[in-house]
Amino acid sequence: MKLRSLFIGLAIALLAVSVYLVLEKNASQKVSYNQHIRPIINTKCITCHGGVKKSAELSFLFREEALDTAESGVPAIIPGDAKNSEMYKRIINHDPEFRMPLEAAPLSEKEIDLIGRWIDQGAEWEDHWAYVPPSRDITLPEITGDHKANNGIDHFIFSKLADNGLAPAPRAEKEVLLRRLYLDLTGLPPTPDQARAFLADDSADAYEKLVDQLLASPYFGERWAAMWLDLARYADTKGYEKDLDRNIWKYRDWVIQAFNQDKPFDEFTIEQLAGDLLPDPTKDQLIATAFHRNTMANDEGGTDNEEFRVAAVVERVGTTFEVWQGTTMACVQCHSHPYDPIRHEEFYKFMAFFNSTEDRDIYNEQPKLFTYEDGTDEKVQATLDWITSHLNEKDADIKPKGKFLHEQKEDLLYRLGYRKVEAEEYQASSKLIELLAPNQDAVWQVQDSSWIRFEGVDLTEVEAISFRCATAISGGFIDVRLDSLNGRKIGGTEITNTGDWDQWKVFKTSLQPVTGTHTVYYQFRKNKDLTQHLFHLDWIYYHEKHPLKEKYNARFNQKLEELAAVQSVFTPIMQDLPDSKRRVTHVFERGNWMTPGQEVTADVPATLGEIPDGSPVNRMGMARWLASKANPLTARVAVNRFWEQLFGYGIIETMEEFGSQGEPPSHAQLLDWLAVQFMEQYHWSIKALLKQIVMSATYQQSSAATLEKIEKDPRNRLLSRGPRVRLTAEQVRDQILAVSGLINLEMYGPSVKPPRPDASSNGWGSWNAATGKDQYRRSLYVFTKRTSPFPMLTTFDGTSRNVCTSRRIRTNTPLQALTMLNDSTFFTAAKALAIQMAAVHPTDVATCLREGYERVLFRTPDVEKLKALQLLYEEALGHYSKEYHKEKLAHTVAVTQDDTIRIKAFTLVANALLNIDDFVTKN
Amino acid sequence: MKNIMDEAQYRIAAYNTRRHFLKKCMSGLGATALGALTGCDLWLDTTGKSVSVTANAARTMTSHFPGKAKNVIFLHMAGAPSQLELFDYKPALNKLDGQDCPASLLEGKKFAFIQGVPQMLGTQATFKQHGQSGAYVSDYLPHFSKMVDEVTFLKAVHTDEFNHAPAQLLMHSGSPRLGRPSMGSWISYGLGSENQNLPGFVVLVSGSEPSAGKSVWGSGFLPTVYQGVQCRSQGDPVLYLSNPEDVDPVLRKRSIEIINTINEQEYKETLDPEILTRISQYELAFRMQTSVPEVMNINDEPEWIHQMYGTNPGKNSFANNCLLARRLVEHGVRFVQLFDRRWDTHGAGPNNGVDGALKDACQEVDKSMSALLLDLKQRGLLDETLVVWGGEFGRTPMMEARSGADFKGRDHHGDAFTMWMAGGGIKKGFTYGETDEIGFSGISGRVHVHDLQATILHTLGLNHERLTYEFQGRNFRLTDVAGKVVKDILA
Repeated sequence: MKLRSLFIGLAIALLAVSVYLVLEKNASQKVSYNQHIRPIINTKCITCHGGVKKSAELSFLFREEALDTAESGVPAIIPGDAKNSEMYKRIINHDPEFRMPLEAAPLSEKEIDLIGRWIDQGAEWEDHWAYVPPSRDITLPEITGDHKANNGIDHFIFSKLADNGLAPAPRAEKEVLLRRLYLDLTGLPPTPDQARAFLADDSADAYEKLVDQLLASPYFGERWAAMWLDLARYADTKGYEKDLDRNIWKYRDWVIQAFNQDKPFDEFTIEQLAGDLLPDPTKDQLIATAFHRNTMANDEGGTDNEEFRVAAVVERVGTTFEVWQGTTMACVQCHSHPYDPIRHEEFYKFMAFFNSTEDRDIYNEQPKLFTYEDGTDEKVQATLDWITSHLNEKDADIKPKGKFLHEQKEDLLYRLGYRKVEAEEYQASSKLIELLAPNQDAVWQVQDSSWIRFEGVDLTEVEAISFRCATAISGGFIDVRLDSLNGRKIGGTEITNTGDWDQWKVFKTSLQPVTGTHTVYYQFRKNKDLTQHLFHLDWIYYHEKHPLKEKYNARFNQKLEELAAVQSVFTPIMQDLPDSKRRVTHVFERGNWMTPGQEVTADVPATLGEIPDGSPVNRMGMARWLASKANPLTARVAVNRFWEQLFGYGIIETMEEFGSQGEPPSHAQLLDWLAVQFMEQYHWSIKALLKQIVMSATYQQSSAATLEKIEKDPRNRLLSRGPRVRLTAEQVRDQILAVSGLINLEMYGPSVKPPRPDASSNGWGSWNAATGKDQYRRSLYVFTKRTSPFPMLTTFDGTSRNVCTSRRIRTNTPLQALTMLNDSTFFTAAKALAIQMAAVHPTDVATCLREGYERVLFRTPDVEKLKALQLLYEEALGHYSKEYHKEKLAHTVAVTQDDTIRIKAFTLVANALLNIDDFVTKN
Repeated sequence: MKNIMDEAQYRIAAYNTRRHFLKKCMSGLGATALGALTGCDLWLDTTGKSVSVTANAARTMTSHFPGKAKNVIFLHMAGAPSQLELFDYKPALNKLDGQDCPASLLEGKKFAFIQGVPQMLGTQATFKQHGQSGAYVSDYLPHFSKMVDEVTFLKAVHTDEFNHAPAQLLMHSGSPRLGRPSMGSWISYGLGSENQNLPGFVVLVSGSEPSAGKSVWGSGFLPTVYQGVQCRSQGDPVLYLSNPEDVDPVLRKRSIEIINTINEQEYKETLDPEILTRISQYELAFRMQTSVPEVMNINDEPEWIHQMYGTNPGKNSFANNCLLARRLVEHGVRFVQLFDRRWDTHGAGPNNGVDGALKDACQEVDKSMSALLLDLKQRGLLDETLVVWGGEFGRTPMMEARSGADFKGRDHHGDAFTMWMAGGGIKKGFTYGETDEIGFSGISGRVHVHDLQATILHTLGLNHERLTYEFQGRNFRLTDVAGKVVKDILA
């Protein structure tokens, strides 16, 4: 008995000691802000005490705010003294009137303990992990067992699998890897020859050779451009009500070429954001800046250009942050970031980088770069050469000036007195000037007294002006006014009925003598009979008194005409306003552009580093900050995007959000290690990064699951098997065109309009479907109409490209089934495939079907699948023969149609083949 | 096939751990108790988060609280009809006809087209009081004037936008910029569809497509399964619904069976649950091939119904769309969105005024929208169907006088305009809100577009502040950061 109580007593004492020791140990253990405190604050406190609401003038977003005196007159946190810190006092208070969080369950004892100790330990804040640059020396985790790692990636993946009691899957079959690699790297399946070549190659490095070959393929750039164009919100129209066409496909081609050339990601970044600010930029570097000219523009009658210019600039801030920093800035437009340490005014400081560009939501999309396509550049060059070589000796100084061909041409024509100006290239206009859809190459007027303005026109030698117009009514006038809308009228003409709205005629007015360079207004007015549409105006011509060209013969002048007639292609680009015209940027109160607040100057958010030393504080400096190795986010965000394209999910699934509200990474160390590799080892080479990933054993795993894996790793986030995800919209369509042989692999150029079931031929939204081989171009060349995107692509989760999209959420819907089964292009593809299948063997159906299956999936079908296909073939054949015989009775002349029936039956089978899950899925 | 689907259900249930479920469903709400009410049912939760998102899969009807309405029919008069010719009777304005607009009204105001000092324009219609409620309706709407005791008029609706595309976007997505989900998408995300064989959100267009294009029924950042499906009264009722010429329904059925047989094989090899979803979607597609043409075929309606609506089978018309709307809600389609674009009456020409053109436009819709209310009522559907009618904004009490012409037209006006609502939980024969004596501004009962949206969600049993979706690290909702339910109009 005694012994027993003694024993109990001892036990109690021991327990007390150990509890004391545990507590003591706890108390001395460092509390981590990121690990312990941030989750509490973000879920329990920050809604009321954060970037949006600052109840009681208290916010926990920044340390200095939390330590500052709050409304109550005392600071919420006194570092080192939890007992006297208001925050601590309030969370332990028992009175619900005082206890925090208000009107909610009290914090748990563990949470209270953590906060208390954290304050006692000094209440240190830590940056969210994503705002701290990745460590340069991450050691590869050890891997146990006999799973062979191909490279560093496998160390991270395999060790985490082992932690979860899982093993990697075996390597996928060669046939599977073949298709996976082709689709992943080029977006296209292999051709039968390519497949045979790889499958026959038994060398040890056959796989690596294929990787290198595909990375060098021209189709590589097309496949990866498809991803980037979602981020760039690239579209072939401007959006909003009118949604008129926009000519910006050269940007799309630039992206393709950039990927094909493996332009390092830092250069890729700088050229798109600030290519125009590079020293002596090339044409390509200017076209790259069209990245931010993909913002929508509103041509709807009666809209305020400044409103939509501001909307575009605001959008550029958000897009830049989403694309390069995986950070949401949209909320910071109206108030400080609710969860992450980005202040309201920092949005506008960043906006200041974009606020002084020349574009201003005007109809003609200035500023633009004019180029010559399809060999016309050679013609222009030749004509220019001819003209300069035929100049008289004393005119020899009229050698064309300017960097690019278009400028040289314009300069030469101007100096020879050939002064034709396109009316739509005005610098400003009244609200109610519109451009004639769809080409937008002539001006028309919605309202009386509307006007267009040209700046810097030298009128010294000009004695008359001509206007090329078309109208079906008479009674419109053009007044030429000097320097202001109410300025001196120096000329004018009536525009009379030319016969019809597309019958053009030239009207001429003499001009009062004027010297010097002026702003010229063309005001359009009407007499009483007219209602609204006055006339169309194509171009304006300035007649000089003694144009130099008159000194030359007819042949010479003919050459000038030829030169002027060559059509150029324009691309909207970025250009900064001259210093004298730079706009001042203000904070917008509550995000409203009509209520400007304090003035701000350009800068990047303090949390995310600073503009690199020696870089200017402008868009270039901003671009260099993004492309800098010191930026904590750029490499991580980029690596995550490429990873997602290959595995179906990013290491961070919320690719658009790396902030504290985003999903935590599945493999944090791997993300950082890859980001560092990308910068330091590969020097931002995308091809090197992709090669590293596809060479990993992780990527090459078989995608077949086991019950255990489905249970422990249902979404394959741990990569316990190879990726198995549905192909993207573009891949689905391109693959069908490819395996059927219909595909037209022509690269580059204006977008095309393949048939769509809702095509209509009337109105501005008309879609005149291509009938020739253009309809079989790859999907990234399909014309993107923002208000009416291509239905097949959107059904498969393609975006309408109105806004930057980081992630397409995959869906699986009956509309996809209907599209795959019934789309006319896809059914044509089935027919094309059927013809090839039927040609394999005249009688042996099984062989035909087997080859068809192999053609589509590069694998031999097993017996059961083949049996199923054969069953379908037999039934279809029976069905079509019956139909044929019925028809034959109706027609007295019978033609042998066996082949037709056979092909019809094969078509139905081919249609089925193009619908099986395996085909629309990357295995 | 049966076994494999059972197995799928079993598996899905097995993966559906509590933690996973909570994470998906709670993220937007901040309160544990509401999880089951957000439309996060078993199916969406598991396949939605794990692999892809499916629509039309069996989803339980879930709401935040019991709603009176089950379905919504939104009749959008794109281009914006003039409230001053239809509902907002202003004798004082008639007296001011032709006089200059007082400067006080113009101060700080922006208009789309009006320049300088415009003149006031009295109503071009003749007004009379109707029904027991005594609501004013003009002679432009003879049929509808008999329905006033069924509806609530909102006389002082206001919006922030005065251009068509942004205003339409604000009306349907809560934001004037592109990229947000539309109301129908939010509602199908919240409540799912009642009919497995039809989409939950259907769009019907007459005239031409609305200014803002298909974006007004887009799903924004919600998965594309929630976007509106445009059904057409000409051609294929749903894109890609018809089989190719050589494939008849028997062959189509067989080929889908074979596709699914092969897919089952594939499932056995890979155990990828996504394949099971695909199998069920192909079956659903086949069922839709029958169910959609059935519901879209108005020829089987009796003659008196055609008379009542003034339909014109085989043509694209608002009347046909009204009848289709009734058929669709009858079949359990959650949200039916009609767009009718013919209402932009600026007076920019002789056939574009609030006299002739507006009257013609009214003739196109008057009979059929009234018939829709009557027909829903006689079938006992009006109590559970909310009908909403209106434009994206209203029109000015001033004459636009574009180019100085004297055609009777009005410019865009967002400060005060009339909309009406009927059925599903809304008061009958009621008027809410009032404008000043010339109909320029609301003086009481003002209802912002976000308030209207909050109210529509409320009638369906959805709390607009709780119907959220996490995107870019924060919760988004239809009503942005605003919106108050207009409680006074609830029955």
